[in-house]
This record gives sequence, C-alpha cells and structure tokens, in this order.
Amino acid sequence: MFKRLADSGKSVALTVDGRPVDCRAGDTVAAALLAAGVDRCRTTPVSGAPRGPYCLMGVCFDCLVTIDGVGSRQACLVPVREGMAVETQSGRREAGR
Amino acid sequence: MTQASDLAAHYDLVVIGGGPAGLAAAAEAGRAGLSTVLFDENPGVGGQIYRAITSTPVADRAILGEDYRAGSDLVAEARTGGALIANGATVWSLDPARLVGVSIAGQARLIQAGRVIVATGSLERPFPIPGWTLPGVMSAGGAQTLLKAQGLVPDGRTVMAGGGPLLWLLAAQILRAGGRIEAILDTMPRRNWLRALPHLPDFLLSPYAAKGVKLLREVRARVPVIRVAELEAVGDDRLREVSFNGRRLPADLLLLHQGVVPNVNLAMAAGVAHEWNARQLCFQPVLDEDFNSSVPGIAVAGDGAGIAGGTAAAERGRIAAVAAIRALRPSAPVPDLQIIRQRLQREEMGRSFLDWLNRPADSFRQPEGDTIVCRCEEVTAGQVRAVADLGCEGPNQMKAFMRCGMGPCQGRLCGLTVTELIADQRGTTPAEVGYYRLRPPVKPITVAEFASLPIAEGERLAVEN
Ligand code: FES
Repeated sequence: MFKRLADSGKSVALTVDGRPVDCRAGDTVAAALLAAGVDRCRTTPVSGAPRGPYCLMGVCFDCLVTIDGVGSRQACLVPVREGMAVETQSGRREAGR
Repeated sequence: MTQASDLAAHYDLVVIGGGPAGLAAAAEAGRAGLSTVLFDENPGVGGQIYRAITSTPVADRAILGEDYRAGSDLVAEARTGGALIANGATVWSLDPARLVGVSIAGQARLIQAGRVIVATGSLERPFPIPGWTLPGVMSAGGAQTLLKAQGLVPDGRTVMAGGGPLLWLLAAQILRAGGRIEAILDTMPRRNWLRALPHLPDFLLSPYAAKGVKLLREVRARVPVIRVAELEAVGDDRLREVSFNGRRLPADLLLLHQGVVPNVNLAMAAGVAHEWNARQLCFQPVLDEDFNSSVPGIAVAGDGAGIAGGTAAAERGRIAAVAAIRALRPSAPVPDLQIIRQRLQREEMGRSFLDWLNRPADSFRQPEGDTIVCRCEEVTAGQVRAVADLGCEGPNQMKAFMRCGMGPCQGRLCGLTVTELIADQRGTTPAEVGYYRLRPPVKPITVAEFASLPIAEGERLAVEN
C-alpha cells in the first residue's frame, strides 16, 4: 500500500504477531505496519470486522494493537523501538487491557 | 524528552496542542516571562499542518512545498521563547477551574494553570460512505501524515475522493513524490459555485488564490478528475474496488477527505459554550475577539476556534497569548495587536469562498441505510434515522439508545453526522439538536496511569468526580 520515499533512517527491528518486521527510526507502529503491508490492526468487538489505521492522528482508535503485552495502544501515536513486540488484537479496545 | 516528573504543579499558562496556534502562543508567552508549558500529543511538534517538521525524512523541499517549511520558524520561535515543550503528552482532562490532567509515557499528573489556551486544532470531517471502515480506506489527512512524518508514499492503485484544499494539496504532494493516483473522485456539487461566486473577489485578494489555481492545474494535468454523486468502498475483508456513478475501479487504497472541522472535545468537556456555524457546518466555541471562551481563563485559538487555516491559526495563538500576558503580567512587553489582527484579517479573507465552494453535499454528510455512522459501535445511518423517528430528539438520548458516541473515539468520527441526521429526520436544525455532552476524560486513561498520580492529586480527582 505504501513505499518509502527516502530509505535513509536507521533500521529498527520489531515483531508483528511473532513475524520479524524491519522498519525505520521515526516510524510510528502504525506506519511500520503499513510500510510492511500489514493493513489491519484489530477486529471490532461488535461485528468482528477487520480495521486498520484510518486517521493516523490519534482520533479514530481503529489502530489499536497490543504492544509489549499492553493491549489497546494507539499504534499511530507510539514510536517504534528496537525489539518491540506488536500483536494485532481481536475485539478488545479498552485502554491498557 | 520531557517526563511527567519534570513538570511543576503550577504554570501561568498551559497551552494544549503543538500546531501553529499552540507554538505561536507558547512563543509569545514564554518571551513575556510567563511560566509556560505546551502539551502536545504527538512525538514532535507541528500539529497536523506542520507534522514532523523537525524530523521529516522528506529531504526534497519541493515535495511538501514551501508553506510546510514555514513551520520551522514557528518551532524555533517557540523553543527560544523559554516555554517548556512536552511531546507525547496526552491531555485527558480540563476542568473549568483550569486543572489540567496530562499523561506522559504512562505517568499522569494534574497541573494547575493560571490560564489555558486550547489549541487542539481541527480534524477531518466524517466522511460516512458505504465501506469506509474497510482496511485500505484511509483519511487523506492520515496519508499526508505518513508522507510528512515517515516519507511513505501510496503504492499500488490509489484513488482519492472528496474535495477541499487538503485533498488537492495531498494529491500534488503524492505526485511530486513519484506516486501515482488512478483518479480523483470530486464529490463537491457543481452548484456550490453559485453560492461561492459572490465571495470570489475577496478570495482573489487572499494569499490562497494564486496558489490554489496553480495546485489544481498541477494535479489535473496528471490525474483524471471525475465528478461523482455517489461513492462506495467495496470489499470483503479489505478494500478491493471503488464504486461510483455506476462504475467500478479496482483500488488498493482509497483516500477520503471532505474538509476539516474544529476538534471540540476538550473545550466542550471543560464547559466552553459552543454554537453551530451554518456556513462551515460544524460546532465552534463562542469566543470574544481575544479568543477568550465562556469559561474564565480558558481561550481557544487556532482552527479549534473555527476553521481558517494554519497561518491564521498562528496569528490567533498570538492574540490569545497577548490576552493571557496582559491578564497575568500587565507590565510585560507585548507585540502590537493591531498589526497581528490585520494579518489575521488578510488570512481569513478568502474563507467564505472556500467554504461555499467546498461545502460537502448533503448526501455525504447525511447518509442513509446500512452506511456505518459510528465506527466504534457500528451504528448505521438507518438505525439513527429510525430512532430519531421514534421521538429521539438529541445526540445524548441517541447515545443512550444506540451507544453511538460511546466508543473510544468519543464521537469524534460520528458526532456531526449524528447531529445532522437527527436534524434532517426531525425537520429541525443542527443548532437546535446540539452535540454530544462530553465529559472528561476526553482520552482513555488506564488504571495504571490513574494510579501513577501523586496521591494528593488522585484523591482530589476522585472527590471531584
Ligand atoms: S489511526 Fe486513528 S487513532 Fe490511530
């Protein structure tokens, strides 16, 4: 869905659902996911429909993921860190769970 | 980076939001010697318009344009002014006594402010079309954020839809960055010209006229533009096609935009009175000429005060800061307000024209049937209309019946739609219907964050709630 314009930033390694993903310093988790072709973060609690980042500015909460064991973090607001473990989630969306 | 433990318990001025209004306000206040802190939720200052201005990997200045680069000067001004700038700082509460609840890296604090300038800017107007919740459908603003902050350019088959200055600017930026756009689906009704035309002379005198024409030419030369009256994102588990005017276009990414509206949540939760703006089709705070709100000591500056664009936002921030300085430190030197107001007036000149020309069609603001209105609770337009027919008069009752607006976005992506749907269904006006009643916390705060409050603060909050 997206390609990198300038591939200059320092490389940062994460895992997404256990799979290694290479991204760049300065990425948010949402940007890292999209750059790696991961277009969904969670499913909804009501119908189970898949959702991916929509606003990228902390408003829509469609980008909720589990980061290092902490659930329902806004992927578009969290900068990546080396070794971060990101998990897509289903249903849940209460902060911190 | 500023940590929660670096914060004082009291500041003369707390500025909320690090876009042009917040940066300009913090610069003026810091220079005048007010103890000032600026809280910004994002990893770096700049707001949406100057997003990632201090860190963007986009080296070629031509791609984002010179207007974007102007943000650097504002950041430098704010930094040298002496204000403390805290990024990654989410303000989750503001009360009428100017107690500010903020979290930085999971640590929460309550800060007492002498004055508050709310500079929370704007967000994109909801664009409720069938399929807008599918992965692969994104707001144009979101794609622009990815371009500015991470240098990510749409790849594959990209379709853009909607209208308004930001859509065209983003299209130009994507093209300059080497991206490709299959089509731009223009949803703005042609008859908008009738109401816009009387305001054309003013617009021609504004700084935006020449730039706007140039931008449209640049994009139209390279992308087919199709005027559409209906629009649908089609796919099962993600976007596959965009449907319009009885046609279907395969697509990997659909970028939606139909203008921006004030981000009212924090000011509303603080008790600031708001009114319906019938031209801009949104709620905005009731303010005096210094941008003071109905709550003493709380001002709202920037696009949060009513949409006028980034350059105007900075001037508004300065005016609000001068009012704060005069109230708290009357002897401090302040810049000439007359000059600032003149600059602001010039910036605002073309607004009426742009507002009328880019007034979203009724059908894209007041959807029907199975189109999801509340993304969080998956409430449809048909359900909202049906409940309005049963006698539901306002958004708060609607919330109780349908749960719309109760999800984590707190109505930011459905509030205006629900208000307009109720008004449409009941044959009244949005002003009459009103908006969701908002209460703090305006952003979710975890139990762990709450527990991280120094004990006295936690007790105070518990007692007040
Ligand atoms: S993408 Fe909307 S909150 Fe993260």
